[in-house]
Amino acid sequence: MSTKNNLLLAGFAAGLLGMTALSSAAMAQSVNLTMLVDNASHTIAISEALVNAFEEKNPDVSIEIETRPGGGEGDNIVKTRLATGQMTDIFWYNTGSLLQALNPAQTLVDLSGEAFMDGIADSFKQVVSAGEGVYGVPTRPAEAGGIFYNTKIYEQLGLSVPKTWDEFMANNEKIKAAGIPAVIQTYGEPWTSQVIVLADYYNVQSAHPDFAEQYTAGTAKFATTPEAVRSFERLKAVADGGYFNEDFGAATYEDGLRMIAQGEGAHYPMITFAIPALSEGYPDQINDVGFFALPGDSAEDNGLTVWMPAGFYIPQTSSNVDVAKQFLAFVASPEGCAVQSEAVAVNGPYLIEGCELPEDVVTSVSDLLPYFEEGGKNAPALEFLSPIKGPILEQLTVEVGSGIREPADAAALYDEDVRKQAQQLGLSGW
Amino acid sequence: MAAAAPTSHGKSRSLYPGWFFLPAAVIYAVLFLAPTLSSFYYSLTRWTLFNATFIGLDNFVQFFREPFLVQGLINTVVYAVITSGLKVVLGMALAMLLTSNIIARGYLRSVVFFPVLVSTVGVGITFTVLMHPTQGMINEGLALLGIKGPGWLVDPKLALFSVALVDVWKGVGLATVIYIAGLVAIPKDYYEAARIDGAGPWQNFLYVTLPLSRPATATVITLSFIGGLRTFDLIWAMTKGGPGFASDTVASVIYKQYQAGFYGLSTAGNVVLFILIGILVVPITMFLNRKQGHE
Repeated sequence: MSTKNNLLLAGFAAGLLGMTALSSAAMAQSVNLTMLVDNASHTIAISEALVNAFEEKNPDVSIEIETRPGGGEGDNIVKTRLATGQMTDIFWYNTGSLLQALNPAQTLVDLSGEAFMDGIADSFKQVVSAGEGVYGVPTRPAEAGGIFYNTKIYEQLGLSVPKTWDEFMANNEKIKAAGIPAVIQTYGEPWTSQVIVLADYYNVQSAHPDFAEQYTAGTAKFATTPEAVRSFERLKAVADGGYFNEDFGAATYEDGLRMIAQGEGAHYPMITFAIPALSEGYPDQINDVGFFALPGDSAEDNGLTVWMPAGFYIPQTSSNVDVAKQFLAFVASPEGCAVQSEAVAVNGPYLIEGCELPEDVVTSVSDLLPYFEEGGKNAPALEFLSPIKGPILEQLTVEVGSGIREPADAAALYDEDVRKQAQQLGLSGW
Repeated sequence: MAAAAPTSHGKSRSLYPGWFFLPAAVIYAVLFLAPTLSSFYYSLTRWTLFNATFIGLDNFVQFFREPFLVQGLINTVVYAVITSGLKVVLGMALAMLLTSNIIARGYLRSVVFFPVLVSTVGVGITFTVLMHPTQGMINEGLALLGIKGPGWLVDPKLALFSVALVDVWKGVGLATVIYIAGLVAIPKDYYEAARIDGAGPWQNFLYVTLPLSRPATATVITLSFIGGLRTFDLIWAMTKGGPGFASDTVASVIYKQYQAGFYGLSTAGNVVLFILIGILVVPITMFLNRKQGHE
């Protein structure tokens, strides 16, 4: 019995050895990498364009793209694959608070010593850092949260771009009087409901420059910071004004894009990652869509809340770290930016030194650029300054927008949710 | 526990030798016993996929402090009561219709069962489209009659009931089939005896059909009540617990905790759900079965 088993085992081991020998022989000729990205259409388009261009430059490398769902389901897939050592050689994932939940120091390859990191904007490096390490390169240009508006409706009604919240509400009143839904909301996909609150962060930090730090330390709370409660109140104000589209409770993100592009509504609070989808879906109307930052109380202090794009990362379990780094270096080069600009509509300024924007950017992007230029004002969104983002915010904002819950109450519940997240992350002081 | 019993002292009485049970026992221990026991342990920790910290009963304390949990608990019970109640009433009514002498009886019997066979998520998505507040077929139909239909799934007061109605539509076929079996099994003699005593149709139903189909009623209530308590797929496909938290049930709250990465909390939630189902279902089953024994 036992000798037979030993023989079997030996045979099995020999077979394994044979297989390894074969695969290493094959590797001498070409290197096969794998890459995991989310399944949004623009993500796939960009990834494919970058991979094709890279393979053309490096004929001995081939990269296979795998896709995963976005949202919470995708987060779980990424976490599970990292924890079990099954992660691809390169992967696409969010920056900021979501990245922190991956425990980057233990799971990802530190890129801080690499030459290609020198050309990357500090604002991006901040959101892919943990401790001493820097872990990713930007997949996209910088993004921003604010309000898309339909320029045709603005022309038709003789409106001008609001610089203050009061001007914005006055515009809404005129648009409503003209029988057009003034503010598009799409709670059929609850994540879209958070934008007004999140994009108001420029105004919060303008009044409280150290809010993010104190919030991470657990000393500043939404409920006890009037400006932070104000973000929820702004959502309630547009809801109470009766400015929403009739089907706001059931409409989807895609519906929202259609409405803003075709002028079925005047404003759509959204993040500029929507620009590629808008220009793909509505190529004839894309220049009817403009963009402005969520206005605050003062016209002088009108600034933009900036979102950082997702990053490309390399897990420590990758067997081809060097080749994977070559790919990241390619992405973080002007050549990589040029490939991207060709593949999908550019939606903001690149975060990589030497990258130029094409001449013919769409209206919403040219509206966006002044905020990034000399004299323009912008600040990162809270989720890029703090590792903590409570997961139920989107339900709370649906409730406030639907008139189920009062802003102060929502802010207090959000603080509770944030506390849980901080404990789960193992932060001190909670 | 149950796995160990037959292997150890089953020898004297059992038909089979101990090793005969071994494969089943191993499968049971590895796939059922171990995960259940480890989930009890992990519900006492704050764990990520990388490590776990023992925190005692904190998760349970936190879970019961969840502002939405109370609402979720109420919703769960309301949902279970509505769906199982309607399934009993409608299932009985449909079964009586389908055991009567109507034309195309066989065909009609299978039609009522079809929704049971369709995927729940598919049904959910279909009804989400039908119940769209402005473009849905239901409200467009009502508009033709001059009625302004409500926001079935977007009105926080209605959302849970709308989902419950869809659940009933989908599940009533199973209840009907169980009742058909129950009704067919009632001997005709009882009805003849009742007729001789001068019973009318209403008395027939109340004093013959209803009591004699009690086993079927017990089965329908138990199945649909447990199903209602742990319902998740239909709610997730239709409202994701929304708008806000208006149609959250315990199962959807647990799922959201897991999705948010609160693994310990969500494991604790599952332990709570397990206990809740036990507390509610064991007395109901005991009650129904006791009555059945009396008959």
